Amino acid sequence: MKKFFSKVYVAFIFLFLYAPIAVLLVFSFNNSKSRAVWHGFTLKWYGELFRDEAIINAFITTLLVATLAAIIATLLGTLAAIGFKNMRKGPRKFYMQVNNIPMLNPEIVTGVSLMLLFVYCGRVLGGMELSFTTLLLAHVTFNVPYVILNVMPKLQQMDGHLYEAALDLGCKPVQAFFKVVLHEIMPGIVSGFIMAFTLSFDDFVISYFTSGAKSQTLSIIIYAMTRKRISPKINALSSIMFITVFVLLLIVNLRQNKEKNASKSKRKGMLRS
Amino acid sequence: MRKHSKNKKKYLSAIYILWMLVFTIIPLGLVVYFSLTTIDGKFTFENLKNIGEYTPVFLSSIKLSAISTALCLLLGYPFAYIISKVKASKQVIFMIFIMLPMWINFLLRTYAWMTLLENNGIINRLLSFIGIGPVHMINTQGAVVLGMVYNFLPYMIIPIFNVMTKIDKSYIEAAQDLGANNRRVMTRIIFPLSMPGVVSGITMVFVPAVSTFIISTMLGGGSNMMIGDLIELQFLGGSYDPNLGSALSLVLMVLILISMGIMNEFDSGEEDVLAV
Repeated sequence: MKKFFSKVYVAFIFLFLYAPIAVLLVFSFNNSKSRAVWHGFTLKWYGELFRDEAIINAFITTLLVATLAAIIATLLGTLAAIGFKNMRKGPRKFYMQVNNIPMLNPEIVTGVSLMLLFVYCGRVLGGMELSFTTLLLAHVTFNVPYVILNVMPKLQQMDGHLYEAALDLGCKPVQAFFKVVLHEIMPGIVSGFIMAFTLSFDDFVISYFTSGAKSQTLSIIIYAMTRKRISPKINALSSIMFITVFVLLLIVNLRQNKEKNASKSKRKGMLRS
Repeated sequence: MRKHSKNKKKYLSAIYILWMLVFTIIPLGLVVYFSLTTIDGKFTFENLKNIGEYTPVFLSSIKLSAISTALCLLLGYPFAYIISKVKASKQVIFMIFIMLPMWINFLLRTYAWMTLLENNGIINRLLSFIGIGPVHMINTQGAVVLGMVYNFLPYMIIPIFNVMTKIDKSYIEAAQDLGANNRRVMTRIIFPLSMPGVVSGITMVFVPAVSTFIISTMLGGGSNMMIGDLIELQFLGGSYDPNLGSALSLVLMVLILISMGIMNEFDSGEEDVLAV
């Protein structure tokens, strides 16, 4: 009886989470602008979507800013994490707290404060307007803390003697870094990069305040579309994004499971020998 | 010599420290500066005083997000508990499906509810089949709360679930051996031990909820204004006034710091409840 209730409850929560998304997907194939009555199957909204220049441009901007921001943030964050790790406890704690600010602050405050910086600097120094550059700077700023969040634990788990052993065996410090340290913390760097990319790709609030009129991201276009007369093109767009995310997540998880199993069997092998 | 190289490594973070100064500290400094000055840059307390006019907006924001947070806890806690009981291999799948909606654009999720709640939307169509309605749902406070619960429920479930799976089973067994019934085990063992997860869940739902402007614009129409809407209006909306907007942001930040401080009082100082 108790088990039955649990199952019904879990089903109810999943229904709540997925029903709206399912409706969105189904009506992307609806042969009418209606979002409540079914008028037959069509693919025309997908066709219109791909002919919509504003959407295509926004997609390119989004992809570009997410890729660049994730790369820069990963580099900056990894270096910073290594630096923090080698500090004394006092300064390390202080910098880590500053690093946490963009994660704790409400997004709207981060967005507004960066907008003030860019607009104010533009007025004082001249030449700085809200543009792709400011968008990118803002994205890097909110991405780095998440990279550090992912890399720091790997650095702490790493056996410090490995690096010293590499030095003893004749590696130069730079060599030892690339061959030993980087190898050890790579999983953290990769997950940090993925996290930064997805956060960037998905961001609305901070982009809204820091991108000029010429560098609008997909989220901003979607927001503008929901404020005007709504077209089923958004449904088509969301279906594509949903399927993409679903496939990506599936791949990442399968990979992780494989890794877990591999390390498990490795450990088992070690125990046996 | 090795000590020397270790000391030198800390300079690797120099660029990022500079970055934080320029893009985190100075912008927050500007928020404070703007909230204490007029448009001409003269010092004033006017902006902060004017915020008094908006007390109803602050109160309704806090009310709506507190209700949403409570509902998330009520819905999410039993769910996290049930999932923490199933086999580990199944847990992974359940948690993927809890996280999946989080990866869908926030605006699209909210837009989905817009289409559902409309006066001639699907829910009202279904209701009219059984002879009820149409019920007016969109552009009400209820719709805003629904949107918040829908969007932020995973943020409540994940930290609670993570803490629950780490609870040492021997505590539960010990309590049972000492004669505690199921209810007592729940109230005396599981709930207190899951407190760190509850605390971070509450923070993770309340902070984005109280500062949102999308959910209230999309599902609440123009009539259910929240702090976020008010701030947005001062920077990008009709009533351009970055000084007042900064003052509002400053108050919002202080509000959140206070609520986080209160929540931390309940926390026993556990870390990494967020790591999945």
